[in-house]
Amino acid sequence: MSADTTSSAAIGPVEGAVYDVDNPAPYIEAPRKRTGKTPKATRGNFEMAAWLFMRLSGVVLVVLVLGHLLIQLFLDGGVSKIGFAFVAGRWASPFWQVWDLLMLWLAMLHGANGLRTVINDYAERANTRLWLKGLLYTATVFTILLGTLVIFTFDPNIR
Amino acid sequence: MATPVLDKVEAESAASPYITVTMRIRRFNPEISDASVWEDFQIEIDPKERVLDALHKIKWDVDGTLTFRRSCAHGICGSDAMRINGKNRLACKTLIKDINPEKPITVEAIKGLTVLKDLVVDMEPFFQAYRDVMPFLVTKGNEPTRERLQTAEDRERFDDTTKCILCAACTSSCPVFWNDGQYFGPAAIVNAHRFIFDSRDEAGEQRLEILNDKDGVWRCRTTFNCTDACPRGIEVTKAIQEVKRALITRRF
Repeated sequence: MSADTTSSAAIGPVEGAVYDVDNPAPYIEAPRKRTGKTPKATRGNFEMAAWLFMRLSGVVLVVLVLGHLLIQLFLDGGVSKIGFAFVAGRWASPFWQVWDLLMLWLAMLHGANGLRTVINDYAERANTRLWLKGLLYTATVFTILLGTLVIFTFDPNIR
Repeated sequence: MATPVLDKVEAESAASPYITVTMRIRRFNPEISDASVWEDFQIEIDPKERVLDALHKIKWDVDGTLTFRRSCAHGICGSDAMRINGKNRLACKTLIKDINPEKPITVEAIKGLTVLKDLVVDMEPFFQAYRDVMPFLVTKGNEPTRERLQTAEDRERFDDTTKCILCAACTSSCPVFWNDGQYFGPAAIVNAHRFIFDSRDEAGEQRLEILNDKDGVWRCRTTFNCTDACPRGIEVTKAIQEVKRALITRRF
């Protein structure tokens, strides 16, 4: 088809039009084009491991979290029973220590990985991605470390 | 008593099958503006005709500058995938009567690929992903003197994914592909699936390794947009999940 500028007025004149046959609107670079900036193909199994982890930890978390909610909110008088003494009593047993530790790690990593994929899917600019992920990883590591520290160094006789 | 009524209705519809349809087309011409605009065309058309016929009518009788791709016009070449009423379809397989002609019918280019003009997009990134998965038979050893034989069951295993016509309706309906376009996209994975599960092919492991990439099958969020969009009825999401399963079961 020949470039017929007279009939292309069908689109209607655009105010401040600066484009014509010799000076067309800038071409938007195709995203998948191989350029110097294109990241190298990753040949690791990280994405597969992350995907598997989400499925497996999800199944374990259903048991851990529902059990946790049941104990904390419904059995033996519900929320009203929760106090310093209740927590101290539970953490005296290694079983509950392991339960809570497992729940903390799995929930934090599961949630962090989920947010990582959300950032990957929605953040469009590389810089936004970098900052959001940096914030996410910092928050995750901080929460996991603090939680682990508390579970292991909990002192029921603290004043 | 019912017969005359029927006759009358038939006579009326036989008299004029044409109805007036508003085609709302998203137009883009880089030689005029860097922005695209919606343009309405009122045309007379038989509702049993296809959207492609409506586009032809506009291009041939109303506005010759309307630009779109079509080759075979019978749903085989995959040239005329476009976004019709917000859904990716082939213009040559969509009847006017099936998409509510009382309201304006919107037609725009498929999303996620650079628009060159009107409904024509740059398909290069799509075909780049397609080439990346090596969509050809790879074998070792000597060429057989006759064709490579395969049982009916072995052929059945990948039958669904042989139907792909590379129209890009699936890939350009995928929200993960819309984001940065780095994801391989459903079409490339479907065509990898076609060879990964072919008993005659010997590069399945290589293709799985390619799709194990950061932007490979693991970015699939199973939104099923691709399965909905496929004009050939390929179960695209299922094919992607089968590749995922193959990746896991062949490793462990």
